[in-house]
Amino acid sequence: MSKTLDRREFFKRFTQASGIILATTAGSLFFHDRARAETPAKKLRDHRKGISPAERMVVLRGQNIEAMVLKGFDAMGGAGAFIKKGDRVLLKPNMAWDRAPEQGANTNPLVVAAVVKAVLAAGAKEVIVADVPCNDPKKVLVRSGIRDAALKAGAKDVLVPQTGEDVEFDGKVLSTFAVGKEYLEADRIINLPVVKSHSLSGMTCCMKNWYGLLIGRRHELHQNINDSIADLAVAVKPTLTIIDATRILVHNGPTGGAMSDVVTKDTIVFTTDEVAGDAWAADLMGKTARELPYIGLAAARGAGKSDYARILKEEIAVGA
Amino acid sequence: MELRSVRRIYQGFFLLLFLVLLVANTSGLSGLGINYNTPVRLFLELSPLNGLSTLLATGVLYKGLILSLIVVGFTVFFGRLFCGWFCPFGTLHQLASWLFFSKKRGRDLLARNAYRKLYTLKYYLLFALLLCAVLGLNLAGFFDPIALTYRSLTLAITPILLHQYIPAEFSNGWVFGVLFIGLLLLNLIYPRFWCRVLCPLGALLGTMVVAPLFKIQRDENKCTNCNLCALRCQGGDDPNGVHRVRECHVCLNCTTSCNDDAISYRFLGDLGEGRKLDLDRRKLVLTLSASAFLPLVVRASSGRTRAPSPACIRPPNALPEQDFVRTCIKCGSCMKTCPSNALHPAFAEAGFEGFWTPVMVPRIGWCTQNCNLCSKACPTGAIRRFTIEEKIGRPIRQGSAVIDPGRCLPFAYGRPCIVCEEMCPTSPKAIFFEEVEVEFRGTRKTLKRPRIDLRYCTGCGICENKCPVGSQPAVYVIPSGETRETRDRFLLE
Repeated sequence: MSKTLDRREFFKRFTQASGIILATTAGSLFFHDRARAETPAKKLRDHRKGISPAERMVVLRGQNIEAMVLKGFDAMGGAGAFIKKGDRVLLKPNMAWDRAPEQGANTNPLVVAAVVKAVLAAGAKEVIVADVPCNDPKKVLVRSGIRDAALKAGAKDVLVPQTGEDVEFDGKVLSTFAVGKEYLEADRIINLPVVKSHSLSGMTCCMKNWYGLLIGRRHELHQNINDSIADLAVAVKPTLTIIDATRILVHNGPTGGAMSDVVTKDTIVFTTDEVAGDAWAADLMGKTARELPYIGLAAARGAGKSDYARILKEEIAVGA
Repeated sequence: MELRSVRRIYQGFFLLLFLVLLVANTSGLSGLGINYNTPVRLFLELSPLNGLSTLLATGVLYKGLILSLIVVGFTVFFGRLFCGWFCPFGTLHQLASWLFFSKKRGRDLLARNAYRKLYTLKYYLLFALLLCAVLGLNLAGFFDPIALTYRSLTLAITPILLHQYIPAEFSNGWVFGVLFIGLLLLNLIYPRFWCRVLCPLGALLGTMVVAPLFKIQRDENKCTNCNLCALRCQGGDDPNGVHRVRECHVCLNCTTSCNDDAISYRFLGDLGEGRKLDLDRRKLVLTLSASAFLPLVVRASSGRTRAPSPACIRPPNALPEQDFVRTCIKCGSCMKTCPSNALHPAFAEAGFEGFWTPVMVPRIGWCTQNCNLCSKACPTGAIRRFTIEEKIGRPIRQGSAVIDPGRCLPFAYGRPCIVCEEMCPTSPKAIFFEEVEVEFRGTRKTLKRPRIDLRYCTGCGICENKCPVGSQPAVYVIPSGETRETRDRFLLE
């Protein structure tokens, strides 16, 4: 026969039971979520905020890449027109493929390095080089030659964002997509595309290069490649675009592979308008802007103007 | 310094070296590849069981496996020094049993560290494995402690511990983790259960301890029968009685713990009764007859030589399948080194002989064009050496890409795509497209449809990996057409 329940024992048990009920209730309420609401997606920053450089395009021809880049910044009104002291700058080359520099599938590491130096000289606090590649990131970083060249030139880091935050693109086909936090944090972004043939879009240069912003299954975008490129061109507002046409991939793009796919052009182009940049690159590839529907789509939506002659101020030959 | 301390330092050093070489066998650490001056295969090559079984199965002692002669030499002269001083799996077992038994004292510990007839099980296992190898079925890799440890750490432990730095993951990796932890837990029964009862490499070394120059020797005149020597005996070899020299790991706990200076590791010690292999002839005959059945029935049931599995895509330049499964020791070295995490342990797809051998799973990772690391990491030559120039130039094919028009976006769903063509790394691209005019639900469209030119396809699998139809890609690789295998070609070349 058990002991009868005295008052003391009653209070003890009552307190314990109440405590458990209170704790579980409080815990449940704390974690309770009626709506399963999603965290709102971020927006990309405007990387032209606080600067107002003149609309301009400059074409440089020569073989001394560092001199060409310096000359290019000069002709655009000085690097200071784009970079403010203390800015965190991100360079977005095409660093997508496990290919050596001479194979022309990635941006020329010498161009990247020269831009790193020029931007640092203009007073940038730090320079980061980032892209989301199509091949194994470890191999791409090394074989493209970009990591070594950029780090040697003084870049803080050359990296491949692995995880990102959801960004709202509000595009025609592109809604939310994960973008590496490096892009969201940078004050200035300079687009460093390379000119290449591309089987589906016809050509890849400035605007198509923004595919490298997107983390995850971006391949579904190929189902409407022209609108998705235009979406990106509208959403991303780069500080400046510097086109690497030192050598271009004319066949078998965007991967290339054989040296016969590559043609040397010894040209670098600075432009504030990437639609104009792509129109210029189309000419270089022997294509018309009409063959590349995304140029018209992006222009129609206000991302730029395809008539590059309008802003092409100078063609400069830079000697060795 | 006490000899026991010397032994512990060696054990620590070799375990550390094993781990360092394992981690060094990761291309991600240096970007383009490992400096193969670092001997990443060293431990796997040093195991005489790997050497002997591949020799018996293939007739060849490949390359670095000749190094296992060093271990043979040491064993013949000094006993199973390998087990007590060198083997990383042995050291892990010693640590585990120390964890379980360090607090135990007296009779229980003495009983658990005494010699048992059960310890002869490993010899039967060894003879079974060697007979299978002679008959062309190389199973030694499942049991070889070095291959086992390498495989378990690669497939299960580094993905847990080093995931941040080496992000590789392996299909069915949990199996190897559970087995590995399970084997360590066996130490709850007897200290070093694996080493004493199961390890066929230990058994192989035991058979070599015929007339060691050095051995443990007890001076019965000085001995007070205090049993301290047997309390912490690693091999369970009765140093306090008839010393079983073939079981002795030369851990030297006995010589260190003796208070009467009665026991020592001595030059030309008396061999005595303990030298005998404690085997039962009937059991041995039974074991050998039963184990001879296995390779025969496997050979008689290898339907997959007539109907190869579509999932059995091998690493580039692997040996032809029959030779490959005989040569591969399932160590996981190629899977460890693969920079794109393309190689995974096979389960059913490669048949009984091919269990746990490497297969490429393109949906997880594809074969990177500029890479030949797996061939450099392979200790047995199951993946033959090749240069990147050969890989691209010949080319070395692992299979052929196939398009399934029932799932492919431009074929089945009337939408543009061409991701596979974009990704195709060959020049000219093996995937090209043809433009077609189609009517899709009343709308006329021009579509680019992917087609495959098998002259250029190497079966690298990047198309399958990048195909947007993720759960069951519309373009995928089958092993047919691979370079190594003449029986599974389907094009006239």
